[in-house]
Amino acid sequence: MPNAYRRFITLPYLAWAGVFIVLPILLIVYYSLTVEADGHLLLSLENYKRAFDPVYLTIFRRSASLSLSCTAICLLLGYPIAYILASREYAHKSFLLFLFLIPMWMNFLLRTYSWISILERNGLINTALRAIGLPTADLLFNNAAVLLGMVYNFLPFMILPICSVLKKREQSLIEAAQDLGANSRQVFTKLIFPLSVPGVVSGITMVFMPATSTFIISDLLGGAQNMLIGNLIEQQFLRVNDWHFGSAVSVILMLVFLASFGIFSAIDKDEGVGLLY
Amino acid sequence: MKLLKKVYLSAILVFMYAPILLLMVFSFNESKSRAHWTGFTLKWYAELLRDQSILSALSNTFTIALFSTLIAVVLGTAAAIGINAMKPISKKALNTITNIPVINPDIVMGVSLMILYVFIFRVLPFGLEMGYATLLLAHLSFNTSYVVLSVLPKLRQMDREIYEAALDLGATPLQGFIKVVFPEILPGIITGALLAFTISIDDFVVSYFTAGSSVETLSMVIYSMSRRGINPKINAVSTLMFILVMTLLFIVNRREQINQKNSKKGNLK
Repeated sequence: MPNAYRRFITLPYLAWAGVFIVLPILLIVYYSLTVEADGHLLLSLENYKRAFDPVYLTIFRRSASLSLSCTAICLLLGYPIAYILASREYAHKSFLLFLFLIPMWMNFLLRTYSWISILERNGLINTALRAIGLPTADLLFNNAAVLLGMVYNFLPFMILPICSVLKKREQSLIEAAQDLGANSRQVFTKLIFPLSVPGVVSGITMVFMPATSTFIISDLLGGAQNMLIGNLIEQQFLRVNDWHFGSAVSVILMLVFLASFGIFSAIDKDEGVGLLY
Repeated sequence: MKLLKKVYLSAILVFMYAPILLLMVFSFNESKSRAHWTGFTLKWYAELLRDQSILSALSNTFTIALFSTLIAVVLGTAAAIGINAMKPISKKALNTITNIPVINPDIVMGVSLMILYVFIFRVLPFGLEMGYATLLLAHLSFNTSYVVLSVLPKLRQMDREIYEAALDLGATPLQGFIKVVFPEILPGIITGALLAFTISIDDFVVSYFTAGSSVETLSMVIYSMSRRGINPKINAVSTLMFILVMTLLFIVNRREQINQKNSKKGNLK
């Protein structure tokens, strides 16, 4: 292909990426660095200073603790599943792995919504409690409900990458370790787990990132008192109409994403388990 | 040990499926209650079919997914071919830019596109509002990246010399593309298109910020309904969507199995 031709077919995409990928980022950074004062835009770091207000710090802290807990729980629940599904007796039952991944394809909102009918005041659990004469409990609109919703939604994202890495391991390596006298615990801690680290890392990325930025789960299961970063951004843009502060929070969230992505891909360098799968 | 494994797997499966199944069961419930069973009915499905806002949201969701996927396939495939032929530095730069919509949190994508639209509308002399077009463009902005990122690896795997041989044998660049390059990258294009289509159908956050007030997608309708509380119509929607998803997955899975049997090479993923 002549060079001029090649350049020509990339041109529409260059223009596209300029307007729809780069420009929005520049605009959001610009908005975050300006404040409105009597009809004029002034350059200022005010929005970032405001983000360190205790009110907002509480929101950041809640976001961080919930998404980290969600990631830890997903890892603890998901690793054994991936391990079992990749083991020899289950590896040929691909339908079973498929069963664990189907919920991933269900609409995210519906999956979250399904918990409302279980947890709400007149929901399934409380009705059951009442039927056996126990006092009812407020299960919805607290941090635990949000955490439950997160784990429920993101667990498959942890299982899939770990399982696909574990499936690729060499059986002969394990046999060699056993021949050399390793017991099953040593085989796991010295061989299987280290080999599965790339899968664990990409699982952590795939759970941690959406858990940090979600606003639907906290909105539907957490209520107004339990805002997360995502809710704060949504509120600033659609309800309070302070786009400058909203942009600053968005830029902070973007930096958190970039940093965690950088860390994870540095650990994961040699084994490119992509983000997509 | 074997029993323990089975118990653990079943427990997690119950955790994952019970809420969905419950939702489906109560879509056939006579009363609005989601805890008491009062009798079988199909009236929520009938109401669903009469609900204009849901029907138009459904058609918006599908047409936007379809159009944005089709445009993304053309734009993204051309871009991937161009990027693949670039010098390493510009290749790396464009690769990074293409990755932004995939890595960026969706809420940040949503608000930044919203700012972009408002900015453009302010610059343009005629009054415009967010609606179907802005929604379509927003979906295109992430779909294109998925296509580019699915096609690029196929181009990298391709043997350049085959294409050059075709040209040496007298093929025009266009013939060379259609007969040599295109069949090689087709699996990548299909993967990208499937990915783009599903993500577009499932998207809520980006649509929420870029649709304005006149257009709704199915996810947006579900969101506003569930914020208002109990509504058996949502249960009916879930049941229909679950059946649709299961059917689609079953077909895709069958296709993959057949492909794998035919050629060990055809790796979609």
